Amino acid sequence: MHIPDGYLGPATSGVFYAVMAPLWVAASRIVKKTLKARQVPLLAIGAAFSFVIMMFNVPIPGGSTGHAVGGVLVAILLGPWAAMIAITVALVIQALLFGDGGITAIGANCFNMAVVIPFIGYYTYTWISGNSPTHSRRRMVAAFIAGYVGINVAALFAGVEFGLQPHLCHTATGQALYCPYGLRIAVPAMAGEHLLVFGWVEALVTALVIKYLQKQAPELLGQEVR
Amino acid sequence: MKLTTKLWIGLGLFMLLSPLGLILPDHFKAGSAWGEWGADEMEKLVGYVPQGLKHLSELWNAPMPDYAFRGWEEKGLTHLSFAYIVSAIVGVGLIALATWVIGKCLVKKGE
Repeated sequence: MHIPDGYLGPATSGVFYAVMAPLWVAASRIVKKTLKARQVPLLAIGAAFSFVIMMFNVPIPGGSTGHAVGGVLVAILLGPWAAMIAITVALVIQALLFGDGGITAIGANCFNMAVVIPFIGYYTYTWISGNSPTHSRRRMVAAFIAGYVGINVAALFAGVEFGLQPHLCHTATGQALYCPYGLRIAVPAMAGEHLLVFGWVEALVTALVIKYLQKQAPELLGQEVR
Repeated sequence: MKLTTKLWIGLGLFMLLSPLGLILPDHFKAGSAWGEWGADEMEKLVGYVPQGLKHLSELWNAPMPDYAFRGWEEKGLTHLSFAYIVSAIVGVGLIALATWVIGKCLVKKGE
């Protein structure tokens, strides 16, 4: 889901930077008010975890690869605004140091993976888990579903962003200037592979870590920065 | 043992196991992620390299492209796995440090 440089036209890239700027400001304001000093190490571990989990490329035999993002997990533990900051840091380092995701696409990639995933995932999780106790099975199920839903909504956004490009930017002869696949190909491709494969990976990672923390550190559940 | 210590140990294990994310796709002959093809792959897929893509894709030369060292593209899986673990260590180090600094600054200003 890391859109590289050259797949999005300048207008799309610009729009997403413009959308992200106020969101980053809001995130730092909200986290400033609510993050406790003892949560800072967890924030750093969350960002590092997201980065490492993204290195585990899962193959579709003979096809493409994809991976979990860990964004829903970080959001469940620290809240969606803190998760947005943690995942933004991971995405920026990925783009700058490893060329994973484009520099011009940082806005779009952050929107998909650092905003859509944590927010959709977090609210799906809180909605399903309700007032259930921290050690309840219902929370683990909620984490599983939230992981699946969060990454799939993000994949849908990415598919639309890719798919709009040939409609927005093409030469006089109709050759695409950026991503050559339109909505009819990009959306089913991105949504399909995440619905069928990578969504389950995110679901599993989220649920397993929550299950581990329910046993090892139940105090971490339910103290997120809202 | 402190929880953060346990979590760091877990992270360390993930870092050591990270080459699985390289070896499994290779074993199952899976290619790039959808929409993350290089210019040559793009030419094979659609018959041309979109002009804007060609131009913009050369914008940034990452120091460790694709979680490997420069010039290691043709090396075998063993070398690439080593580079992948080094990338995991460098990436985790930088990201944890940057996030920790940001977190500290935010908390301090909030007091």
